[in-house]
Amino acid sequence: MNETRYTLNRELAQMLKGGVIMDVTTPEQAKIAEAAGACAVMALERIPADIRAAGGVSRMSDPSMIRGIQAAVSIPVMAKCRIGHFAEAQILEAIEIDYIDESEVLSPADDVYHINKRQFNVPFVCGAKDLGEALRRINEGAAMIRTKGEPGTGDVVQAVRHIRMMNREIAKVVSLRDDELYQEAKLLQVPYDLVSYVHKSGKLPVVNFAAGGIATPADAALMMQLGAEGVFVGSGIFKSGNPEKRAQAIVKAVTNYTDATMLAQISSDLGEAMVGINEQEIALLMAERGK
Amino acid sequence: MTIAVLAIQGAFAEHEAVLTRLGVDFIELRQRRDLEQHYDGLILPGGESTVQGKLLRELNLFDKLKDQIVKGLPTLATCAGLILLAKQLSNDTLTHFGTLPVTVKRNAYGRQLGSFYTEEDFGDLGRLPMTFIRAPYIEAASPKVRVLAKVNGNIVGVKYINQIGISFHPELNDDTSIHQMFLEMVYNQ
Repeated sequence: MNETRYTLNRELAQMLKGGVIMDVTTPEQAKIAEAAGACAVMALERIPADIRAAGGVSRMSDPSMIRGIQAAVSIPVMAKCRIGHFAEAQILEAIEIDYIDESEVLSPADDVYHINKRQFNVPFVCGAKDLGEALRRINEGAAMIRTKGEPGTGDVVQAVRHIRMMNREIAKVVSLRDDELYQEAKLLQVPYDLVSYVHKSGKLPVVNFAAGGIATPADAALMMQLGAEGVFVGSGIFKSGNPEKRAQAIVKAVTNYTDATMLAQISSDLGEAMVGINEQEIALLMAERGK
Repeated sequence: MTIAVLAIQGAFAEHEAVLTRLGVDFIELRQRRDLEQHYDGLILPGGESTVQGKLLRELNLFDKLKDQIVKGLPTLATCAGLILLAKQLSNDTLTHFGTLPVTVKRNAYGRQLGSFYTEEDFGDLGRLPMTFIRAPYIEAASPKVRVLAKVNGNIVGVKYINQIGISFHPELNDDTSIHQMFLEMVYNQ
């Protein structure tokens, strides 16, 4: 991937800002998501809550299923590949996916190496729990970052923890003296140039979304107020009582995330939220996959 | 002079950064009560036009903004913004403001792999950087519309009375001349 292509890929993420990216498993769900105001959809065979329930190895979705979703909507379509599984990523690139999520939600294919994302022309989004992880993924070529959260749980606590950690570490890097940045780069295990960028700009060099456990408009507003530039909603929508209404409400919450009066109104009568699982009840912590 | 930036979804912060660099005040339009403020010009940013079109209606911004554009509020629309202004969309039945007499093709260059950067002449401004992200282009324009730029034979920039419609993203590059041209139009209003 040349520098221009990487810039274009980062810029696509900029166009998604202030928007909601929704997990969908069928063309019908994709159409519901688009009509509800999703700025992109994530095509996958099973939503994280079902992946969690089913257990077993979870892999890239069937390309024909992804193609069906690409044909159904006009908004960008993303799809997940396993961490380190560059052959799955090559297949997704071949079907002209708009964004690849190298995702801890699927079973990792490599427990040491992430994909060298610089070799691809399509953009990648990767999860990160902290600043070091985010910058390592960016160094590998990620054009967008999201918190890892804890997918499929409806529990927002991890996404909150990750974004707060990221904010705190960015604030620390900003506060350092220039001559302290070299040591910081060593501690974060990332190149000096990336640390220097964060030091000067006070933000990541790419767009940062919230993901994992977001189930209500209030969850989305919380993440936006904490500094997320948009949100991914997975199981939260199609595992709830009224997916269409909930999806629309979350879209509006992301646009007017500081207006509590409007949030009260759009949070009303949404039907049942996904039941969810508390963090302590989970046997498998997906966020711990890939560091 | 105050510019209103539609801030319901997309790359509005990038336009705001250009306005800040040029020393121009701006406000954000996110909901109905924001329209009560005074503004002299309007920027419709890039993003997803389906999302923006829907939120414009649901947040009750649509009718008043359309009325203001029709009455001559100077408007700069980029990418998704151009789609919002277009009178006709060749590959979509749902149009939005419909105040700019052109036919626009959405996602005209295909998916993200079709996104590209180039430099071409733009009106009287000379050669400008142009970033196209899953961009639309203008398939046909009414004779009353002034064509400002073409890339590979396709129209990518037009002006019609007080509306400037562009299929690329001037807010993503360092060159501010398109914004300056827009601000001049606002100033002369």
